Amino acid sequence: MLLIPCPHCGPRNSSEFRYAGEGRRRPDVTAVMPPEWRSYLYERRNAAGWVRESWYHTFGCRRFFAVERDTVTNAVRPGSPA
Amino acid sequence: MTARKPARYSAFDLVRRGLTRRDWPRSWREHDLNSSYDVVVIGAGVHGLACAYYLAANHGITNVAVLDKGYLGGGGSGRNTAIIRSNYLTPEGVAFYDRSVKLYENLAAELNFNVMFEQRGHLTLAHNDSSLRTMRWRAEVNKLQGVNSEVIGPADIKRLVPYMDVSPESRYPILGALYHPPGGTIRHDAVNWGYARAADVLGVQIHQNTEVLGIDVVGDRVTGVRTNRGAVAAPIVVNCTAGWASLVSALAGVTLPITTYPLQAAVTEPVKTFLRTVVVSGTLHVYVSQTDRGELVFGASVDPYPSYSMRGSLEFTEELAGHVLELMPGIASLRVLRQWAGLCDMTPDYSPIMGVTPVDGFLLDVGWGTYGFKAGPVSGETMAELVATGKTPELIASFDLARFADGRLVGEKGAAAVGH
Repeated sequence: MLLIPCPHCGPRNSSEFRYAGEGRRRPDVTAVMPPEWRSYLYERRNAAGWVRESWYHTFGCRRFFAVERDTVTNAVRPGSPA
Repeated sequence: MTARKPARYSAFDLVRRGLTRRDWPRSWREHDLNSSYDVVVIGAGVHGLACAYYLAANHGITNVAVLDKGYLGGGGSGRNTAIIRSNYLTPEGVAFYDRSVKLYENLAAELNFNVMFEQRGHLTLAHNDSSLRTMRWRAEVNKLQGVNSEVIGPADIKRLVPYMDVSPESRYPILGALYHPPGGTIRHDAVNWGYARAADVLGVQIHQNTEVLGIDVVGDRVTGVRTNRGAVAAPIVVNCTAGWASLVSALAGVTLPITTYPLQAAVTEPVKTFLRTVVVSGTLHVYVSQTDRGELVFGASVDPYPSYSMRGSLEFTEELAGHVLELMPGIASLRVLRQWAGLCDMTPDYSPIMGVTPVDGFLLDVGWGTYGFKAGPVSGETMAELVATGKTPELIASFDLARFADGRLVGEKGAAAVGH
């Protein structure tokens, strides 16, 4: 069970949230080549260790925010704003 | 590599050793790590061991090392819920998993190891019109491929599983099910040990506690691996890992479209046999089967966020218990004995990634999501063929890494997401 530090509502149980994944920048769709588009669509860092990710507070403030999480231990700390 | 004469397991041998009190020989040997092999397989789970076994048995390639950072069968191969089936959705998937079921049917005889494969039948429940539609679709795809699957109604389900609540008053009424008689359960440890023992007999070396720390690539060719026990040269390296597949591939500079999620399972105290069939419900995110010992094995869908942690959670147990009781209210007083998690390498289309990579000699048998164990034998067989002949077998051609760039995804979510 994770305690997610919502910057607006304070720490809450992870069941109130939806995991929204690693943030990525969309390439220019008019110029992008297939390998780059594939990378944007499908490839993730999938790192074992500290990652920066987005969560969405579904049953709360209904806002997206950044969280840092260690994917090996599931330790969580507030993420710096994007 | 030296082959050796195996101890033949038989009822006669059991009696003889019982009377003479002679010890059984070790099932596989330990070796010093050589400085080079013809083939290095990373991961001593069912995929890696089967690949090594078929390399030796089908192609006579025995100078093979199987490396594992932990113990044999300690990853997904020892953590899955041991369900075997071939009732998939895509023609590519059905043909592939059907070959695996065929290999499993003959595996105990081939390996001289009782893998306890029981084809008890497999039920995937439909609780709404859209899943009933998917079940009909799967049944038709299956029949065209010669796989025994059909859609049955609540009365037939009740006959197969008398303890199931099929009344229209339940919270998620059961409208029908995809019934797949060849599906069933197996003893997963026996499969791992059987392949390991048979590969060892043929001269394959199995190295446990041997972690691959680096993969050497010169130009665009793989030349070997570096481990915690020293460097090993090899012209072919096969990545058969699960959970760490993307990290191991990254050592060779190959990026994979994989995200790793834990999947939790649990087992109850043993009771007298009352559930023969494997029962799966996608809507309720649960699957149930009863082992030969009488324990009920429960599995769920993957956790809601990616992680490499293999700890269980209370939320999982609560949700799982609630869902199982929707199906079978009569088992409410059963106690859960233990729970665990395994790591699942999820791909965007719920199909595996098999075959060649941009790095010559570095081959993939990864991305096994939540459906890896049932594919062990056929993956080993086809990967061994790829290594030996240099040509990608037809059966796995559509699972190549290049499909993601080319837009040739093999969408298997409708049959792989929760149905195990």
